[in-house]
Amino acid sequence: MKVPARAPFARASARGATALALIAAAGCRGIQSALDPAGREASRIAGLWWFLFWTCTAVFVVVTAALLVALFRRRTAQSADPKRGRALIVGAVGATAAILLLFLIVSVSAGRAVAEPAGPNVLRVQVTGHQWWWEIHYPGTPDNRDVVTANEIHVPVGRPVLLELTSADVIHSFWAPNFHGKKDLIPGLKNTHLFRAERPGVFRGQCAEFCGLEHAKMAFTIVADPPEKFDRWYESQLLPAAEPATPSETHGRDVFLSSPCMFCHSIKGTPAFGMEAPDLTHVASRHTLAAGTVPNNRGNLAGWIADPQSMKPGNHMPPMAMPGDDLLALTDYLESLK
Amino acid sequence: MSTPRERPRKEPEETALPADGERAELRKSWGTPAGLLGWLMSTDHKVIGKRYVVTALTFFALGGLEAAAMRLQLARPENRFLNPDLYNQIFSMHGTTMMFLFAVPVMEGLGVYFVPLLVGTRNVAFPKLNAFGYWIYLLGGLFLYTGFAFNRGADAGWFAYVPLSGPEYSPSHRVDIWANMITFTEVSALAVAIELIVTTFKQKAPGMSINRMPMFVWAMLVNSFMVLFAMPAVMMASGYLALDRLIGTHFFNPAEGGDPLLYQHLFWFFGHPEVYIIFIPALGMVSMIISAATGRPIFGKPALVLSLVSTAFLGFGLWVHHMFATGLPQLGEAFFTVASMMIAIPTGTQIFCWIRSVWGSRPRFHTPFLFVIGFFLIFLVGGFTGVMLAAIPFNLQVHDTFFVVAHFHYVLIGGAVFPLFGALTYWFPKLTGRMMSEKLGRWTVALMFIGFNVTFFPMHWLGFKGMPRRVYTYLPEAGWSTANLIASLGAAVLAVGVLLFVINALRSMRAGEPAGDNPWAASTLEWATSSPPPPWNFDRILVVPGQNPLWHEKELSHVTGLRSDRREVLVTRPLDAEPDHRAVLPGPSIWPLFVALSITVGLVGTLWTPWAVVLSGLLFLVTMTAWYWPKGEPTGKHPVTEP
Amino acid sequence: MFLAAALAAASLLTACRKNPRRLTEAAPSSGRPDAVQQGSLQPGPKLAAMNVTNPYEGNPFQISEGQRLFNWYNCSGCHFRGGGGIGPPLMDDFWIYGGEPQNIYATIVEGRPNGMPSFRRKIPSSQIWQIVAYVQSMKADKPIASPPGPREDHMQSSEGKESK
Repeated sequence: MKVPARAPFARASARGATALALIAAAGCRGIQSALDPAGREASRIAGLWWFLFWTCTAVFVVVTAALLVALFRRRTAQSADPKRGRALIVGAVGATAAILLLFLIVSVSAGRAVAEPAGPNVLRVQVTGHQWWWEIHYPGTPDNRDVVTANEIHVPVGRPVLLELTSADVIHSFWAPNFHGKKDLIPGLKNTHLFRAERPGVFRGQCAEFCGLEHAKMAFTIVADPPEKFDRWYESQLLPAAEPATPSETHGRDVFLSSPCMFCHSIKGTPAFGMEAPDLTHVASRHTLAAGTVPNNRGNLAGWIADPQSMKPGNHMPPMAMPGDDLLALTDYLESLK
Repeated sequence: MSTPRERPRKEPEETALPADGERAELRKSWGTPAGLLGWLMSTDHKVIGKRYVVTALTFFALGGLEAAAMRLQLARPENRFLNPDLYNQIFSMHGTTMMFLFAVPVMEGLGVYFVPLLVGTRNVAFPKLNAFGYWIYLLGGLFLYTGFAFNRGADAGWFAYVPLSGPEYSPSHRVDIWANMITFTEVSALAVAIELIVTTFKQKAPGMSINRMPMFVWAMLVNSFMVLFAMPAVMMASGYLALDRLIGTHFFNPAEGGDPLLYQHLFWFFGHPEVYIIFIPALGMVSMIISAATGRPIFGKPALVLSLVSTAFLGFGLWVHHMFATGLPQLGEAFFTVASMMIAIPTGTQIFCWIRSVWGSRPRFHTPFLFVIGFFLIFLVGGFTGVMLAAIPFNLQVHDTFFVVAHFHYVLIGGAVFPLFGALTYWFPKLTGRMMSEKLGRWTVALMFIGFNVTFFPMHWLGFKGMPRRVYTYLPEAGWSTANLIASLGAAVLAVGVLLFVINALRSMRAGEPAGDNPWAASTLEWATSSPPPPWNFDRILVVPGQNPLWHEKELSHVTGLRSDRREVLVTRPLDAEPDHRAVLPGPSIWPLFVALSITVGLVGTLWTPWAVVLSGLLFLVTMTAWYWPKGEPTGKHPVTEP
Repeated sequence: MFLAAALAAASLLTACRKNPRRLTEAAPSSGRPDAVQQGSLQPGPKLAAMNVTNPYEGNPFQISEGQRLFNWYNCSGCHFRGGGGIGPPLMDDFWIYGGEPQNIYATIVEGRPNGMPSFRRKIPSSQIWQIVAYVQSMKADKPIASPPGPREDHMQSSEGKESK
């Protein structure tokens, strides 16, 4: 066993980083990596891993060496002595037990550290899994300052975040490797998951429990911001959707409100109130479309509306047959929803 | 426990051959009728064992093709080779095939073939049940693959979590077929478990007291007891799932008071022991091969046996480590951490004993032993990652990622497939009468070892880099492309290695060097008869004088007084193997096949109507009546006649 | 054994060739659903019965999609799970506006007096046919799965356990 060669892979991934340049530009090499922690919990776990790794590597070397000696060494009078053999084995088993006990202690202490209670200034975020996207809800009680968004979680650096996880359909699993391990979203149950971001950046996470056809394309973005930037974001999300500013955008809104879109999506400030698909009130402010499938830009947005099934086959959005100028106007309108 | 000693210089002397007349009589009473009907009627454990092995290896090849398709799809990002719908079927079929149709049956098949030989008897305890077990397994496998051919392949993963596998999210018959197929294989595994337990306890050759049982017999005994306790749990899981799907019960539907987590508990209460059900026979094989390669008894046999038994017990106490992410109470989870780590102690003990067995013995590096060395290196890594996975915080990071995929392939391929291939090479002369080619064998080990590590080692890294398992594609920006490409190339090498093994086996079957009775100069009883053995296994039932009967200084004495004109076996007492009575075993029968078919009618028919249960029940009644219909020849107990 | 092997290998090959569930199905043509007959009584000369078959009829995948949409678009708000309530039941044999697939389609598209809204341009026609397939399956006396969701109050006193 050798240390995983990190550098070449990192170079390769850097080469490939074009379309998600937005995210890459945020300045992190491993935006979806358990070994490049950005949160307190993930750091603790990465430390645990390296401890386990080095201990096991040492044991592997010792055992392999013993095996090689056993295979190629001639018998000596000493090694033929069964009493000595028995003593050696009892010793080796004892050492195994001691190492395991050590692992247990290290593991339990890491577990306790990771599960530390949240404290009073915790930020609650409700995450509901859907096939195949994430509904994100910041309960703004008591003054009705709820923020609803999708596939993108903004968190303030340094403040503990308590995720309340459940599912609307099948079991999903929430996993943002830079922050913490995973926790399942189970229909009928409410799980909680606590993490604390320690440095700003844009990170990626993904569903980790097989959930059907598009399990592979059920990702989300975590944006860790300094508290004041987070507050600005939160305020902006509280606003209703921007009013159309150009004739094309106005036409786009009419298209939206007279088509099947509004049956599943909602846009705050308009009659669209559908609850089955991502809230689009501030869709243009998000990094990706279709739960991390493609970067959010005009071309992808128009392509997605026209034929979502070729980008993400099997997802629940039906293809929309509409005239080209309607499509462009609709894209204009949605692009204006910053 | 005898002390290690030099390889015996002389082969055991031939026991006096019975008169030709007696052999003819044995052939008449133990032989299988000729023709297709006779082929279908056979109750010879060697015929059935070979069928198990060949069928299971066929499924292994199919599962391998599915794996190759997956590696092709994942070789580059955004690949369009497979669409998600087909990919999901293929990975589910791969897991289901490898676990239920390959790994367990192939171990059972070798058990069915070799346990009676190793304990020195003439057939398993319930020969018709044995035949039935094979047929029901074959029919289950064909059922699953027929479904796949009609685009009804399982597509919810090999553990088919609800609600995804429930009626609402998995329409059509895909999961129905999966759930009913589980029932087929459970029944088959239970049948084998029961007959092997009884064979081991009641039909050992006189003198083979329980402490003298060979390691593989011990392993199959422990394996059989695990099957008895593990299979009923999955029977409930898959049975309730089938009921939820087919007649609208709500065992697992949270909206109606059911519980999706209950399914996971039931499944993993079986699912984790399942790993040991596969792995423990492999441990027995490793001990046998090491003993033969070093030419001396295995070191620390009591410790090895106790390790097997404690592994079996602990194996039932770790299922929750598959569910750490479901949000169970922490204290409860900690218990399972302890149990999961503790299982490393018996495993470690075995590894140390084996190293000590090899120590300074100047072993012969023939192919089976090379497979064992490959097993050591790969399995150590898999064992270490297993211990790591017991640590809850770490588990939460890598659970359901490619790290886990790497881990369980290190454990299952390293821990079970390498010893299995070693054992197949080791026992090939007994199975066919010919040796496999050493030269090709060495190439096989090398290619499989390299291919395996190149395929699966990078997957650890992919897990850390955030790649979840069961994704049909990934983005180029994810940075997973290079490692995936390496893994796919490794898979090609591994496939060539396996192919080479198949070529070697097929070629050696016809043109291999004739083996003789005991080509490895091994110590256990299967080598005391011809290769391949006659239908009655042993001309004379031998008396076992010690731990390693064929290395015994003196000629083995044998039992007299068994009748050759009917299928008589000697029944001994479970612990000290003192002769107790003689029993007559049933001969060839077509009814096991028909009973299996009658059950198949039910399990297949329920996809369309619950009335199939009634029809199947009636057919079952009829065929079972025929099964038990007295044939006019006395069966049952006969006291041992005084000499 | 070799028969088994050959069968299994053949099955693998055919499975690869076989068209999987079509995920991007174009909407089947609907005829002119607004012109369909709704019953046997009609003015003027007797028209030939219009034969529109629902291509999704009996397809489990499409039926389950229809079931999902039936809830999404809140059909269940009035018809519940087929038993009726505010709207008429859909499981029985009594159809006010016709029970043939094209009638059900037309009813969804057109809307009907006394509460059934028109879903014209609100639901893509392929999805309407999925809903029709689901509604047709209600009559067929098949078990209908109830969707997973929070535990019902009458089942559990607490609303779901909280854990960490």
